[in-house]
Amino acid sequence: MLTFKKSPSRLAAVAAIAVASTFGMSAHATDITGAGSSFVYPVLTKWSAAYAEKTGNHLNYQSVGSGAGIAQIKASTIDFGASDAPLSSADLQKYGLGQFPLVVGGIVPVVNIPGVKADQIKLDGTTLADIFLGKITNWNDPKITALNAGIALPAGKITVVHRSDGSGTTYNFTNYLSKVNQDWATKVKFGTAVEWPAGVGGKGNEGVSQYVKQIKGSIGYVEYAYALQNKISWVDMKNATGNVIKPSAVAFAAAAATADWANAKDFNLIMTNAPGATAWPITATTWAIMYKKPKNAVNTKAAFDFFKWSFENGQSQAASLDYVALPPSLVKQIEGYWASEFKH
Amino acid sequence: MSSQPGAIVAPLAADQRSRRDARHDRQFRWLLKICALLVLASLVGAAGATLWGGRSAFASFGWHFLVSSTWDPGNDVYGALVPVYGTIVTSFLAVMLAVPISFGIALYLSEVAPRWLRTPVSSAIELLAGIPSIIYGMWGLFIFAPFFSAHIKPWLTNYLGDSPDDGKLSWVAQHVPFIGKLFGSSYPFGASILTAGIVLAIMITPFISSVMREVFQTVPTRLKESAYALGSSTWEVSWDIVVPYTRSAVIGGILLGLGRALGETMAVTFVLGNAMQLSPSLLDPGSSIASTIANQFSEAVGLQKSTLMALAFLLFVITFIVLLIARLMLRQLARKEGT
Repeated sequence: MLTFKKSPSRLAAVAAIAVASTFGMSAHATDITGAGSSFVYPVLTKWSAAYAEKTGNHLNYQSVGSGAGIAQIKASTIDFGASDAPLSSADLQKYGLGQFPLVVGGIVPVVNIPGVKADQIKLDGTTLADIFLGKITNWNDPKITALNAGIALPAGKITVVHRSDGSGTTYNFTNYLSKVNQDWATKVKFGTAVEWPAGVGGKGNEGVSQYVKQIKGSIGYVEYAYALQNKISWVDMKNATGNVIKPSAVAFAAAAATADWANAKDFNLIMTNAPGATAWPITATTWAIMYKKPKNAVNTKAAFDFFKWSFENGQSQAASLDYVALPPSLVKQIEGYWASEFKH
Repeated sequence: MSSQPGAIVAPLAADQRSRRDARHDRQFRWLLKICALLVLASLVGAAGATLWGGRSAFASFGWHFLVSSTWDPGNDVYGALVPVYGTIVTSFLAVMLAVPISFGIALYLSEVAPRWLRTPVSSAIELLAGIPSIIYGMWGLFIFAPFFSAHIKPWLTNYLGDSPDDGKLSWVAQHVPFIGKLFGSSYPFGASILTAGIVLAIMITPFISSVMREVFQTVPTRLKESAYALGSSTWEVSWDIVVPYTRSAVIGGILLGLGRALGETMAVTFVLGNAMQLSPSLLDPGSSIASTIANQFSEAVGLQKSTLMALAFLLFVITFIVLLIARLMLRQLARKEGT
């Protein structure tokens, strides 16, 4: 197409785009802006690249942390916020917000025990919590050896490695521990950061991976992708039904599919310790948070189109980053929620 | 215009010129004043903003905030003791290690080194000063911390600490008070307060040594030559002539390094271990103010965020106190010499 009509309006539009791109902000009509959790940042980036190729609409996502994402959506400076912790229905009502899950990922306990490979060690939730509480301090503790018959565990001291920064990974991991261990639930509770009873803190998944690799006898927790990339031995977990599960995309998807979403108002459900027979117990999601009656209806509509496209076509991109796309049943439920709750 | 230009215009022009000069001077003075006030305003603004942001933390914890070592986001209870202690101790260690080394570098470059070597070495030092701190952090995490835990730490815990691997206390640990506690650690791990101190020392050495080198070069040659002529050795000239002559500038350079160490964030976050526990041992992990803020700010809400602001304000206060002490020290020195 080589015919240019030099009408003033087109020139103005070109100038407007030039200005918008200069400032890198969302003056462009179909630039969707989002901010929040760093957990979803890689997959959102990948989805948005593929989506931009298809439609020309761009997503500008800033991984500034869940807290900042919530603050920014409340202030209406972005089209959606992304948080690793769900907001309560009361909070959503108060601000006129709605929320829905975006993508699923798994968190795995990782260990560095000389002579022990991935999938060799099994733990259950209570024991894992006791280790992180500092109650179990040796790898040959009877509670651990009872779960691992036939594996020679050394008498080494256990060093706990946790996240030093506030993070959604910590939020879901500690949520799981407080669901399965009464002591953890009363003493430590759960949150993006907690008062760790034991151990050292690494910054980010990368920091925890490095520390676990360096310290003999250590145990930490990272997103599944980091355990794969850094070739750290992960632990198999006994789930809510008592089955020992290996972490895998299938097991994460099973957790997402069997979690009780149907009875969770506003998808306010943390799906750790999911009831499925093959579900991985420490599975996490991130919620997108949006205004039900948005100020910028055009951008919000574009955001919904983007999410719809990602849910329906983004499985391969998610899988390539070791995330799991939402199961179809949940997507259907989310689309029902959009239709009933959001005005767009 | 006047018909007799030569007689009248000259004084008029001079008058105009002097008035213009006066106006320019006035404007220039204002410009300078604004520049200086801008610094003051941003300082007051930053301190005020952190104090205002931290007001709910100060209000809910009071002076307990300063002496409590609790850090419990689950119950929203916070104390500043662990990060404040970590900040002061790591910076102190860094200065203790960096000052003698910087002094050696600076003296070598200004007094001893052959002329052809001076430029390359001093450029290398300036390059070191320009390396971003995240790179020191990565080096610390990937290379230095593993090396430290494999080779240096076992030696320290066995020969100086109170919990050696074989259970036999060394002579030093038995006879020197506190040494055992300082070097006793059961963490099989490289990231610690001492590691952070060493990495910080490496980071601030270029700053301190380049300032020292600059000022050592300002010592008049005739002073040094006179001392040499009286039979002084190089060390005597350095210690008795160069150092006294440049003392206040040297202390200024050390303070510059200390200031950087107190506020250093990324490198420390990687090698300090980020544990919110108070331990007398230098080989245990700890936290500093800057690393705590960097770690927790992105996900902090409510009181936790306010607490981080309050910590930032405390960092201001600590830096101010350090500067004050240095000023007082300088004044004391000047008084001692003046009479």
